[in-house]
Amino acid sequence: MERKTKVHAEDGKQEIVITREFDLPLEILFKAYIEPEIIEQWMGTKVLKLENKKHGGWQFETSDAQGNVVFRANGVIHEFVLNRKITRTLEMENTPFPVQLEFFEFEKLTDDTSKLNMHIVFRSVADRDQLLKMPFAQGINMAHNRLQDIVSKLKYIV
Amino acid sequence: MLVASQSMTAGAIASNFDTARPTVSKHLQILTECELLGQEQNGREIYYHLNPQKIKEIADFIEPFRKMWDDRFNKLEAIMKEYKSEKTE
Repeated sequence: MERKTKVHAEDGKQEIVITREFDLPLEILFKAYIEPEIIEQWMGTKVLKLENKKHGGWQFETSDAQGNVVFRANGVIHEFVLNRKITRTLEMENTPFPVQLEFFEFEKLTDDTSKLNMHIVFRSVADRDQLLKMPFAQGINMAHNRLQDIVSKLKYIV
Repeated sequence: MLVASQSMTAGAIASNFDTARPTVSKHLQILTECELLGQEQNGREIYYHLNPQKIKEIADFIEPFRKMWDDRFNKLEAIMKEYKSEKTE
């Protein structure tokens, strides 16, 4: 089966390209990136600030169930072309990750389908690889935790 | 792709490319060092075969990242389909 979301991360390069085709008209897809209440729904994050214009700023924040802030990111919008393009920087607050540059390009395929091309440029190859590995590492951690849970229950039974 | 179906010698692999034989040998050497290819001596010839386990490991390394974005975009798509139908009603 053809995968809808594709990730291209060439070895030794400090960039990632993510592409995705949507069963959505271009204008509707673009709306998901500019309307704060819609972003909050699909990203699961709170939009503190979003100025959809050149030199505009943005800031998102994610909290856990207890209300503790677990993630906060901000940046500046460098280019904003309605239904076509957003260029912005992204900085993850309170992390060692340097700021990254993101190019979002929106393309109409048919009246009902569209495509997003997301190009992220990192400060170094190592920074890119570290970010790329995060979900992989989280997956391993979760597996370890589950294993630990099961083992501790086993101990209890024995 | 070539070695996916059968084991092949360096010469047989090289004959499929316009690249010089030493260049192909160098590529094979690197792929072997990374354990993506395995070697088997058969008489005077060395046959190369794929190591599917290692290839799977490398593919899997990016997969959780891709899956994270795929899930996120699936959610976006579902929410916006709903949004679209509300607007057209």
